[in-house]
Amino acid sequence: MTDATSNSGSVMDRKPDLSAKRVSRRYAAEARFQAYGLGAIFIAVAVLVWLLGTIVFQGLPAFTQYKATVDVTFDADEVDPENLAAANYQALARRALYDRFPNVTARRDKRELSSVLSGGADITLKEFVEADPSVIGTTRKVQVSVSDSMDTFLKGQMTDIEERRPDTELVPSAIEGEVSLLASGNVFADILAGVKVELEAQAEDVLSSARRERRGIGILENDLEALQARANEAVGEEREGLLARVADLESDINARIRKLSGLDERAAFLYNTARSSGGSLDLTEAMPSVLIEVNGGVVKAKKVANDQIEGTAFIPLQSSAAAASGDWTVVTYVTPERGRQVKDQTATWLRELQKDGAIESTFADVLFTKGDSRAPEQAGLWGAVVGSFLTLIITLMLSFPIGVLAAIYLEEFAPQNRITDLIEVNINNLAAVPSIVFGLLGLAMFLNFFGLPRSAPLVGGMVLALMTLPTIIIATRAALKAVPPSIREAALGIGASKVQVITHHVLPLAMPGILTGTIIGMAQALGETAPLLMIGMVAFIVDVPTGFTDPATVLPVQIYIWADSPERAFVAKTSAAIMVLLTFLIMMNALAVLLRRRFERRW
Amino acid sequence: MSVAENIAETPASEPAATNMPVKMETRDVNVFYGEKQALFDVSLDVRKNQVTSLIGPSGCGKSTYLRCLNRMNDVVDIARVTGSIKLDEDDIYDPKVDVVEIRARIGMVFQKPNPFPKSIYDNIAYGPRIHGIASTKNEMDEIVEVSLKRAGLWEEVKDRLAEPGTGLSGGQQQRLCIARAIAVSPEVILMDEPCSALDPIATARIEELIDEIKDKYSIVIVTHSMQQAARVSQRTAFFHLGILVEEGDTEQIFTNPRDERTQDYITGRFG
Repeated sequence: MTDATSNSGSVMDRKPDLSAKRVSRRYAAEARFQAYGLGAIFIAVAVLVWLLGTIVFQGLPAFTQYKATVDVTFDADEVDPENLAAANYQALARRALYDRFPNVTARRDKRELSSVLSGGADITLKEFVEADPSVIGTTRKVQVSVSDSMDTFLKGQMTDIEERRPDTELVPSAIEGEVSLLASGNVFADILAGVKVELEAQAEDVLSSARRERRGIGILENDLEALQARANEAVGEEREGLLARVADLESDINARIRKLSGLDERAAFLYNTARSSGGSLDLTEAMPSVLIEVNGGVVKAKKVANDQIEGTAFIPLQSSAAAASGDWTVVTYVTPERGRQVKDQTATWLRELQKDGAIESTFADVLFTKGDSRAPEQAGLWGAVVGSFLTLIITLMLSFPIGVLAAIYLEEFAPQNRITDLIEVNINNLAAVPSIVFGLLGLAMFLNFFGLPRSAPLVGGMVLALMTLPTIIIATRAALKAVPPSIREAALGIGASKVQVITHHVLPLAMPGILTGTIIGMAQALGETAPLLMIGMVAFIVDVPTGFTDPATVLPVQIYIWADSPERAFVAKTSAAIMVLLTFLIMMNALAVLLRRRFERRW
Repeated sequence: MSVAENIAETPASEPAATNMPVKMETRDVNVFYGEKQALFDVSLDVRKNQVTSLIGPSGCGKSTYLRCLNRMNDVVDIARVTGSIKLDEDDIYDPKVDVVEIRARIGMVFQKPNPFPKSIYDNIAYGPRIHGIASTKNEMDEIVEVSLKRAGLWEEVKDRLAEPGTGLSGGQQQRLCIARAIAVSPEVILMDEPCSALDPIATARIEELIDEIKDKYSIVIVTHSMQQAARVSQRTAFFHLGILVEEGDTEQIFTNPRDERTQDYITGRFG
């Protein structure tokens, strides 16, 4: 026996290596592999939950809307029953508010007050009158939306509001104008302390400026010394010039030293004020706002001491009698006034209306009844929903028959040759073409060449149909391929023609797959934005479209428009629109699953 | 036990096979799949009211030949058939001939039972319906009943005609497929290994059925089982490598084959 054969013999005789180390390594590898998969799923689920959670959390407030009930007088002089559209309804709404707050007389205050109601109040009032013209000449309670920043404020998104009812008496000095409120205990000490904390922070700021100043002066003094030395050595004209510069620098330094001492003084003063006990300090716009509700009026605090507040009456007091303990309220808006859109005065009016029971949180029906608007409280999704619906109808009507017929031809009839191969490759490539390219095609072809209307669901549907076609063709071909050949043979075997085989047997069996593909294609089309931007469906459209050629927009584009809007309330609206879109998508996918199940059960 | 011995035990009560008139006549049939030739000059007659079995090892071309008989090869793009195949006096590959009519006259039963995913009734009624055979509901009912009776399935399914055909057992499904083929009143029935997916009892039932219906139809059956060929057929053709090696009365093929290859095959030396 040679070495070679003995070697190969020994290799062939070897048994599988079942050593504990190898086995445990194999087990570890398997466990690791599973852990990777589990980890991936966990990450995916976590991200999804986080995403959905954020959207729902942000979007939910947009489904409610605060509305104010106001007493509107429909004066027959102002509302002409023959010509309802001509009346100035916004003025009626404004007047209702002025009547509620009769002490508001200044022009500026009046303008501020009228900003409480939505700019769309006129439409609400007009619809109210149109529904029942007999209200003309009477005063009726009408519920109108508040404006978007009021809505945000009322939803508590603008500032936290703290309320407390101290256990002391409070004596107002007057009932309107500048009012001083004297309490029988140190109930405002915490407010004063807050002011002092604020002052201390300001003192820190001043001190740090002073430190910067001092460093700057040090550098300048070094420069001065060097300059002086050079001037001492120089002669003639050069010496003159240098001396002049020395003088300049000296005066500069002196000015800065004066500024420094000013800063130091200011810091010392602030520190002293902040650290002194008691005293009476000013409240500024940079500090939380304090309002005192007493005797039916509201006083905004401007100056605060431990037991006293001086300020302006936003709402006049009904009497200057002493208010019993627990009968008055200290309201604090935590966010400083200059950081809010709704100022203290307006917030006070809102609170008054709230106390009247006139402010009510309602379902934001505007979301599902109205089109877009620049004012968030009037902006609805319905225009986009209808636009999406009309667009998808066109898409479906074009892409389903064309796609299915093309797929049937390619799958069942087309001869196998270069041309069909080419077509097949191109269809697969088309599915991967960026959607904006289809938008450009639509712009060039449908709008510029055929002259179809801009921003219309008709054109949007046509563009999306182009985009959806490859998806449907590919899905249909896959579904047709999946029909077992035995069924075709069976039908052919008893003399069915090719078309009969397809229409009687293959298509019904492939239909669940085709429908699934179609619905997924439709869902894709529903979520598509880019191509529609190209054909003008991104325009700002207020009216709900009523036909295929009306200007319209679609849900994802509406989301894009809203996400781009600066108003705070549009943040919530955007998330709400995303929720609506997702709901539609989930419904469509559920339909796909349902259809598939149903068909599968039957066979 | 060899096949030859098996045959010897069965009583030779069959009529002399060669006496029957020719139903289908094929001459010099060549089949090409692209460049590859699958059948070489096959000339074979199918006789009326007889069972002709095609035997041979896998890939010998017997199924290809069978599928030529009702132009099922048309479905395959790359398949090309030359030679003449006549049903009675009609050349079935004549361009003027309607392939649908050919397939209606020559029914087919496949290897794997393939009922439509529809009710039992609709499975049978589909053929008559597309060919416009029945004009009223009663006529259709009659066709369904007679077809199922001929296929020996009526008693088993008469109470559940509305249930899906796919819910039947394998043997029942295959008989349903035979009934479906019968329903369009074909002259010839082609069977491509009809029992290969069935258990022995279902196989026996199908074999009985073939024997019963051969009085009305001419039957060509491809089978891998030589016992089956011996049991059900009067004529047997042995294919090997795309060539028709030998053809003759079943008894003669199994007891006294003329060709050595046939001898080798039936005695189990290859295949």
